[in-house]
Amino acid sequence: MQLQGAGREAPRRLGYVTMPDGTASDRGWRHFAHGADLGVCGWGPTLAAAFEQAALALTAAVTAAQVAARDKVEVTCEAADRELLLVDWLNAIIYEMAVRRMLFGRFEVRIDGCRLAAVIRGEKIDPQRHQPACEPKGATCTELQVAQDARGVWTARCVVDV
Amino acid sequence: MEPSHFTRLDETAWQIECSGAMRVPAIIYADENLIRDMDEKVYAQLSNVATLPGIVRAAYAMPDAHWGYGFPIGGVAAFDPAEGGVVSAGGVGFDISCGVRTMLTGVPAHEVASVRCALADSLFRQVPAGLGSEGAIILGDTEMDAMLSGGARWAIAYGYGELRDLERIEEQGCVAGARTDCVSVRARKRQQREMGTLGSGNHYLEVQAVDEIFDPDAAKAYGLVRDEAAVTIHCGSRGLGHQIGTDYLKEMLPAAAAAGIILPDRELASAPIGSETATHYLGAMRAAVNCALANREILGHLLRRIWGHYFPDADVRLLFDVSHNTCKIEPHAVDGRTREFYVHRKGATRAFGPGHPAIPEPLRSVGQPVLIGGSMGTASYILAGMASAEARAFSSACHGAGRAMSRHAAAKRWKGRQVGDELYTRGIVIRSPSMRGVAEEAPGAYKDVGAVVAAAEHAGLARRVARLRPLICIKG
Repeated sequence: MQLQGAGREAPRRLGYVTMPDGTASDRGWRHFAHGADLGVCGWGPTLAAAFEQAALALTAAVTAAQVAARDKVEVTCEAADRELLLVDWLNAIIYEMAVRRMLFGRFEVRIDGCRLAAVIRGEKIDPQRHQPACEPKGATCTELQVAQDARGVWTARCVVDV
Repeated sequence: MEPSHFTRLDETAWQIECSGAMRVPAIIYADENLIRDMDEKVYAQLSNVATLPGIVRAAYAMPDAHWGYGFPIGGVAAFDPAEGGVVSAGGVGFDISCGVRTMLTGVPAHEVASVRCALADSLFRQVPAGLGSEGAIILGDTEMDAMLSGGARWAIAYGYGELRDLERIEEQGCVAGARTDCVSVRARKRQQREMGTLGSGNHYLEVQAVDEIFDPDAAKAYGLVRDEAAVTIHCGSRGLGHQIGTDYLKEMLPAAAAAGIILPDRELASAPIGSETATHYLGAMRAAVNCALANREILGHLLRRIWGHYFPDADVRLLFDVSHNTCKIEPHAVDGRTREFYVHRKGATRAFGPGHPAIPEPLRSVGQPVLIGGSMGTASYILAGMASAEARAFSSACHGAGRAMSRHAAAKRWKGRQVGDELYTRGIVIRSPSMRGVAEEAPGAYKDVGAVVAAAEHAGLARRVARLRPLICIKG
């Protein structure tokens, strides 16, 4: 994973995460609790970076193992607003995970208004190595939020049904 | 939740009075301890459901209710087409027709115990479970349509199941009104290799022993014998249902806005009954119900095949197969008049009382079997629907123990291996592709299933017939 170790616990202050090598990162992800399912949250200096981090949180909900960026898939989506675009984006990844039997560990997102184009990279699921803990069914509008704070940090979050 | 926030109607009925945009009150069935431990979000989500157009009588939550998305899990709501009622994709959820089947083996539990580990390994190897697993059946377009229209009947005709099972499956194994033309290409593609797979999360195949009989007459009618082994399977419509939920939640948001429906939560996306969106959704949802019924029938067939290897003389019979994420058109009596309503149950089981014509004849005098999955370390229950459930909650009951702790918190608190080892010392064998998945499903993450079913019984929803204890659990 790109930011392994950065996001398992909620940082006290979004936007500045200390990496394992001691350097500072301006982006990260975390999970947040939901009754039966799981919340994913990504943040970064741009909307696209926050979406990339939310996608990493989605993958981390499934596996704690490394995911190799071996094969490339292109994804596009479009929605009525930024929040629904996040739901669409995560659902597009869930769909590709399901039909290709893949996990994805690297995401390059471009957002233009309410249109998103991305290149996602990953590998076939290896049950022995990845030990998938759950199967995401769909991203929901519960706890759905896409916003920029006063410091300019973008956050993208919602609950995923697992 | 604080009990003083409710009007207590009786020992197990807690009413949220109408306020704001609520059209009807909301009622939770639970004892006081369950109410105190219940997530505050259930209160808010159930109140939101009560604002939807055409809702009848009240929004209801079962004793196992917990925070869901849109509807709480354990939520029940009926909508009247004559009063501008709606169909809500959020009221059914992503795992359309997720449900439970219990099969009776007639094999003494001690005989199962003697082959416990080998049987667990065989089940784990041969029942596809977990993310990325594939079934042996690959469906082309024509077979996909036949499956979506035929449900368990298709599976049996395909060689995966037994004809006698059909009368023990809700809707006799096939729901009418499925619209294959309303199922997207993406949904079909997701299902192409997923027939006969268990899935993941809280889905499981569990070998159990009948541990205690509460109602000997009902148990006899159901074929439950103390200390005999049973097998319970919990799963749903797999990728197809997940994609249909995704597709129509997106479609229902603009449909709700166009119809002037104000949604307190976007996850409650709804469309007026009779509208094109609602009609298409119901057609696709019924296709997903058939997919779930076919999937569980195939899994039952796999179980019979493996079971036959260990116990060649065993006759594995289906007790019942019931879904708990559905929207069904059902006649119910309200204000002395019987009309057809669109009953949404999300994490809630249909629970028809004795004599209901939809119950198979051999079980009819007892009431519909209500299958309650517990956690892998505690117990599951077989209940019988009660006649009083009709007036209490449109003939509905709870569906499981209900989570008391989030997956996030459970994974932090327990290690999967530690959970597996501890259960093994108690004679329960766990097999799963993921130790973290086992930790997230640790028995301590669930409510006390005994308290949940006792509350369901006291509330007049379903009465206890038997308790089952786990011997082997295959977690997805």
